[in-house]
Amino acid sequence: MEMIQACQPQDHPSKRLLIKGRGQELRGFTDDTHPQTWKECIQPMTTPQLVVQDQPGLQPASGIQQIVNDFSIQIATVNGSGSQSANNVLLRSIFRMGVPVSGKNLFPSNIAGLPTWYTIRVSKDGWVARKTDIDVLIAMNAETAQQDVQSLRAGAAVIYDQSLKLDQVRDDLTYYAVPFDQLAAATGADAKIRKLVKNMVYVGVAAQLLSIDMDWVEKTVRKQFAKKPKAAELNLKAVRAGFDYAASSLTKQDPFVVAPMSATQGKIIIEGNEATAMGAMFAGVTVVTWYPITPSSSVVEDLIDYMKEYRVEPDGKASFAIVQAEDELAAVGMVLGAGWAGARSMTATSGPGISLMAEFAGLGYYAEIPGVIFDVQRTGPSTGLPTRTCQGDLTFIAGLSHGDTKHVMLIPGSVQECFEFATEAFNIAEQMQSPIFVLSDLDLGMNNWMSEPFDYPEKPINRGKVLDAKQLQELGGFARYKDVDGDGIPYRTLPGTDHPAAAYFTRGSGHNEKGQYTERPDDYENNMLRLSRKFETAKTLVPKPILQGKGREKVGIIAFGSSHWAVIESRDQLQRESKLGTDYLRIRAYPFTQEIHDFVAQHERIYVVEQNRDGQMLHLLKVDLDPTQIVKLKSLRHFNGLPIDARSITRVIAEQEGAAK
Amino acid sequence: MSTTPVTPQPVKTNRIGLQILDYRGGKTTLCAGCGHNAISERITEAFYEMGIQPERVMKMSGIGCSSKSPAYFMSRSFSFNSVHGRMPSVATGALLANKTMRSIGISGDGDTASIGMGQFVHLLRRNMPMIYIIEDNGVYGLTKGQFSATADIGSKLKSGVINDLPAIDTCALAIQMGATFVGRSFSGDKKQLSAMLKAAVAHRGTVMLDVISPCVTFNDHEGSTKSYKFMQGHEEPVAEVGFVSHFEDIAVDYDPDTTVDVQLHDGSHLRLRKLHEDYDPTDKVRAMNLLLEAHAKDEVLTGVFYVDTQKPDFTSMLNMVDEPLATLAAERVRPSREVLAQIMAEHS
Repeated sequence: MEMIQACQPQDHPSKRLLIKGRGQELRGFTDDTHPQTWKECIQPMTTPQLVVQDQPGLQPASGIQQIVNDFSIQIATVNGSGSQSANNVLLRSIFRMGVPVSGKNLFPSNIAGLPTWYTIRVSKDGWVARKTDIDVLIAMNAETAQQDVQSLRAGAAVIYDQSLKLDQVRDDLTYYAVPFDQLAAATGADAKIRKLVKNMVYVGVAAQLLSIDMDWVEKTVRKQFAKKPKAAELNLKAVRAGFDYAASSLTKQDPFVVAPMSATQGKIIIEGNEATAMGAMFAGVTVVTWYPITPSSSVVEDLIDYMKEYRVEPDGKASFAIVQAEDELAAVGMVLGAGWAGARSMTATSGPGISLMAEFAGLGYYAEIPGVIFDVQRTGPSTGLPTRTCQGDLTFIAGLSHGDTKHVMLIPGSVQECFEFATEAFNIAEQMQSPIFVLSDLDLGMNNWMSEPFDYPEKPINRGKVLDAKQLQELGGFARYKDVDGDGIPYRTLPGTDHPAAAYFTRGSGHNEKGQYTERPDDYENNMLRLSRKFETAKTLVPKPILQGKGREKVGIIAFGSSHWAVIESRDQLQRESKLGTDYLRIRAYPFTQEIHDFVAQHERIYVVEQNRDGQMLHLLKVDLDPTQIVKLKSLRHFNGLPIDARSITRVIAEQEGAAK
Repeated sequence: MSTTPVTPQPVKTNRIGLQILDYRGGKTTLCAGCGHNAISERITEAFYEMGIQPERVMKMSGIGCSSKSPAYFMSRSFSFNSVHGRMPSVATGALLANKTMRSIGISGDGDTASIGMGQFVHLLRRNMPMIYIIEDNGVYGLTKGQFSATADIGSKLKSGVINDLPAIDTCALAIQMGATFVGRSFSGDKKQLSAMLKAAVAHRGTVMLDVISPCVTFNDHEGSTKSYKFMQGHEEPVAEVGFVSHFEDIAVDYDPDTTVDVQLHDGSHLRLRKLHEDYDPTDKVRAMNLLLEAHAKDEVLTGVFYVDTQKPDFTSMLNMVDEPLATLAAERVRPSREVLAQIMAEHS
């Protein structure tokens, strides 16, 4: 896994004064010992309209040290007020200035009216995990405003609707009162859409106060509303109203500024669910069935858009079927019916859906039918917190269904892996002839992540061991559940294969090699042992774990999925602050491969970092590992529904290791 | 050694050259006299007589005595004995993957009207192109004779327990939910059931047939409303079901005043000679009325209640390519490098 390489002018942030001129030229340092670094960062980005020195409002009050490209912005709004577009414009404008960003949406399980928060982390070092401290608050929600302000640390800046009178709450913050309603009304927008336009006003205010390049803001707005030029103009008007107001009426007093870098060049920003959808399309999925559930719905919604665009043939006919099922039981039943009949089939769901799919998961395992099930995890148990993130379905899925059942799980840790694993899951499903589960989570699936562009899948589509009529003719027949190759994976035929010996009987009841009903003890035992061998074969097909570090440290960290981003930041903190070196292994699939056993054997203490209460990954490791190794494992868990942050990991490991700060 | 020349008997074959043996299944493990076995026989004959290639057929089922029966007919067809009450979804998925296949689902009254009700109504609603047969005996056989949801009110178990809940009329339900060929028959009515099954093969859309099929072990006693004896006394056909296949070169005259002629999707004709004054199988409301009135009179109406040959089935509504999705070539299902590059550019 690559760290996002950001240019790091942080050595001299305090000495930086202003970005001058039209962005081509930089006189940012009074001390010229590191100008080269800064120049490299700046040059590829052209920011022709950035004329900061002409704006007196941006002149920091004397004595305030600027904090450049290392802070987070929180926008507090009301759910359903249409702030998503505005937040997206802010995020992408900063991204297009070449500055690493991440966006996290903290939203309620509600259609409209409840509070929602969007956090943009700006990080010159490329850290994209959640940061707990908020530096700039845009307070648009009267209901939570007081509390939002109370939760800030001293020195933070607050942009707020002037009617809220927040400046009376605390005196250790910087306040910027803005008459949002008046500015929105002045754009001439209809009363109906004024609340949407209001959001764009804060984009303009923030752009001015934080030195976000208006040129990029404008381009981003136009791109966002590419299909609605009128809406684009209106929104731009609102952005400019905010920008102009801030320029003329506000005096910059806080230290937070964005300055161009070149750290995002060539990168994309995307949500994990959309990446998953793309992966499925490039995998050649043909049958998609689903039952809407947060946070997985956008996997199929995005897939519908993509398939309509790229998988409708010139005659207008679709090379796919997408069906909204009556429930998750039917969704997964259709997946297995389609997989049995030879299609590449999938569904996407979350925890409650997985519970309902348990019965069919066992059938898929035992009758040996391919299918891909995407689980975008949210918090449980039961309905839990439907709009909050968790890694809590791990142990349940590993053995989903009654009896001795085992499932293959792929666990993407990035949006790039959401794409790659989605593609690969279909190959593994057909090779294994078994349901394959892909576990992401709400944080990965529904938030915006930077990424390298995705690589085109070079591996050909692998349909697994399927016999056609010609092969049957040569073989003279086949036995559906016979282990011909010694890997536990039998051969199958597809319905419609035109040969009298092609048909077989598929059942979830006891069956022998020929698929005939049996209750014979040896038939049952042999079949179950073969299924075990088949699961061993899965270890040769699944993505291997990834090691970071030299492998020579005493302390190891094991993590998976979206926790990755907090872990890499934490390792940096541990190294910098406590001189504590760590090795890190990121697990990407179950069953566990040998590398995981080796990693545990090679380290004295291993922290297993995960986002659930019960240490589910730790539990699965305990089942597999040598008993003498288990004592080395220490559980580090985070489960409050919010994405894990680096500081929470660092604090625990530093304390446990007695590492001095 | 005898020298008498033996003239070989000509082997009887259907229109695609297959013998009835090619449509046989495994030996039944159901009880002797079980209505389900008679239904398996009729299905075997119908597919043989219609000349359907067995490899083009998918046999689907759930769980229960009824759901075992696909093992007892057409062994050369592909079979999927799934989980309890969930056959509709599996059958739907299989048809999405390969809409060129024919599908016949065998369910029971428990598998359909209790645990499977949710999926059943949605199958009907979609008008999935398949034959859905309920082998209906009013009891759970494999668990030794508890009432099912199609048991009539007042019907009595062997143990003397009386059913005090109303029966679900799966035919009325199917008409309301959107099935396009709905009928009821009796496993003991060979002529009617055969004609209905052949017509079912000729129809494209959901064919829902509720076939009363007495359970000789748990529900064939005095006081049962699903026994052979009860059916013999209460079966009330709404029309005489006649079937003229598209490949038979026979012109059969009929009287349009007394007989409804329905041309089915493959060109075959269903000839329904009215035995009931209000009978009109193209009118949903009258079909429902007939069923409701029969309940009040304790009659078990049989025959084809409703046919609609115009409504599109679900697979055609999806506007899929002509070939089965299951076997489309890689280049038709994996977009090009240029497409990926374009999408990446949109996200930069």
